Amino acid sequence: MNKTLFSLFLLLGSGQAYSQLEITISGGETGAQPIAVVPFAADAAVPGDLAAVIEADLARTGLFKPLRREDMLEKPTQAAQVDYKNWSAVGVEHVVVGTLKTSAAGKGALSFELLDIVRGELNLNGEVAMQNAMRWRSTAHITADRIFEKLTGVRGVFDTQIAYVTAAGTGRKRLFQVIVADADGANPVTVASSREPLLSPAWSPDRKRLAYVGFEKGRSAIYIHTLATGELRKLTFERGINGAPAWSPDGRTLAVTMSFESNPDIYLVNVDSGKRQRLTEHYAIDTEPAWSPDGREIAFTSDRGGQPQIYTVSSSGGAARRLTFEGRQNLCADYSPDGGSMALINADEGVYRVGVLDLKTRSLRILSDGPLDESPSFAPNGAMLIYAAQGRKSAELATVSVDGRTRQRLTQAGDVREPAWSPIGR
Amino acid sequence: MKNYLILGAVILALVSAGCTATRGKKSSVERPSSSASGANDSFDANAGTAGAGAGEAPGTDSDADLAKRTVYFDLDRSEIRSDSLPVVEVWAKYLVANPSVKVRLEGHCDERGTREYNVALGERRSNSLQDALTSRGVGAGQLAVVSFGEERPLALGHDEAAWSQNRRAEIILQ
Repeated sequence: MNKTLFSLFLLLGSGQAYSQLEITISGGETGAQPIAVVPFAADAAVPGDLAAVIEADLARTGLFKPLRREDMLEKPTQAAQVDYKNWSAVGVEHVVVGTLKTSAAGKGALSFELLDIVRGELNLNGEVAMQNAMRWRSTAHITADRIFEKLTGVRGVFDTQIAYVTAAGTGRKRLFQVIVADADGANPVTVASSREPLLSPAWSPDRKRLAYVGFEKGRSAIYIHTLATGELRKLTFERGINGAPAWSPDGRTLAVTMSFESNPDIYLVNVDSGKRQRLTEHYAIDTEPAWSPDGREIAFTSDRGGQPQIYTVSSSGGAARRLTFEGRQNLCADYSPDGGSMALINADEGVYRVGVLDLKTRSLRILSDGPLDESPSFAPNGAMLIYAAQGRKSAELATVSVDGRTRQRLTQAGDVREPAWSPIGR
Repeated sequence: MKNYLILGAVILALVSAGCTATRGKKSSVERPSSSASGANDSFDANAGTAGAGAGEAPGTDSDADLAKRTVYFDLDRSEIRSDSLPVVEVWAKYLVANPSVKVRLEGHCDERGTREYNVALGERRSNSLQDALTSRGVGAGQLAVVSFGEERPLALGHDEAAWSQNRRAEIILQ
């Protein structure tokens, strides 16, 4: 009966998880550019509807309004076939056409062309490889990234992933899982599963590993999980807290919270050797470390001033300086990819909301409504944030663009929490 | 009722035999999976006994009070509420009288705030309970401390009625 309750199974690519995230969008419609993504030609059996995935990616940003297929007056698959009048007639400004070529082995490539209807000319063309039929969605996302970057000047993040934690069931049957899915919610894969809590999934900078916190027999530990192989390593498992793992930008060090020496403080742990170095030493709670993108500074949550606020300390040690002064509490820092701002949770009058602090001007913008928002994570292009929120029936994920205009909700059965957006690039 | 008789019998057996209740060793009474003494299933046991009030049980009054094993805290605080101190007294007495009995002290928070900060706050609460027991003579070696932050709520609502039930530390027999 008293068997180990912490069991792990890695199901690579088979997408076996209880359910998939459903995404609903709100906001961003005014000023959205009308675009048409024409269904692609294919020389063999098509593994999936790539044009539909590209269309959905662009629509989710709130910056593009795709034309419905039934409203298309023609269905060209090459630039030479396009009659610009047919598109300007329905108000479309950009058209994407293409052909999917596949070989017998399932490898292939999508040849695509992006046309500027207003200027009447080709804007971009390219070829995106498809490693095998199972990776067809990635090919579509990479294409969408290229189109998005050409049209907005901003790097796309469609070909990225999110890690998150789900909790379902109650009492004896409560099951926690760490799940990795595509950024559009497709292909959820269970990375870890336990009847004891799982927390704080964190991507290594090379996207190959996840660190997370698990409990076993009443004790916590930080685990490093190699996604491709399923190899699992316990990195720290001292008495007390082992928590809040955060990878350094070079992937060699994890900043963590441990309390085994006195009370919760920040430690730096070498990922290979396990050698550790204490970074903060204070009788208050120090936790939730986050690295600046240049690796020089670590932000963390501390209640040394009475209530939790965000402080920074040099990653080579030294005195901590307080960073946040607005609101009753500030917690859970996440630096933007360019290091110029910081996402955080701001609490005032019992309401917890996502804010972004400009690190130069120190002005704070509140981006969400609360009341129980947590775990903000920047998209790797710095243009959006994903976070956890309390929905009407259960806990959900949500995204918001940094200008606050476009929002999405990502929901599934049970509670979803602790999202972490992967770095760019596989 | 059945849970309660089993609980009472287990406690009697432990108290009278003074047996070592460390993990891996079986006591003379089979440990039922839903009793408060289930080490690895502590969270599940919690759900099972939460409703089993402090009714009559075989043995002395203090055995009945051992069924209460939760102390409560106010928002953002780690001092045990004064109305929870009787639980501390009863358990301190029992643990002092049975120095080979070990317990785990589990700290919890309500859902407000961020998860890792709440793990740390939960540890403050279980440390507070640990201090309250050791200051009453319980040996430090009998006590292990862990925090589950906000991850194991008893009450799933989003209001003070639920939150006040979740701000707690529990004594779990090992």
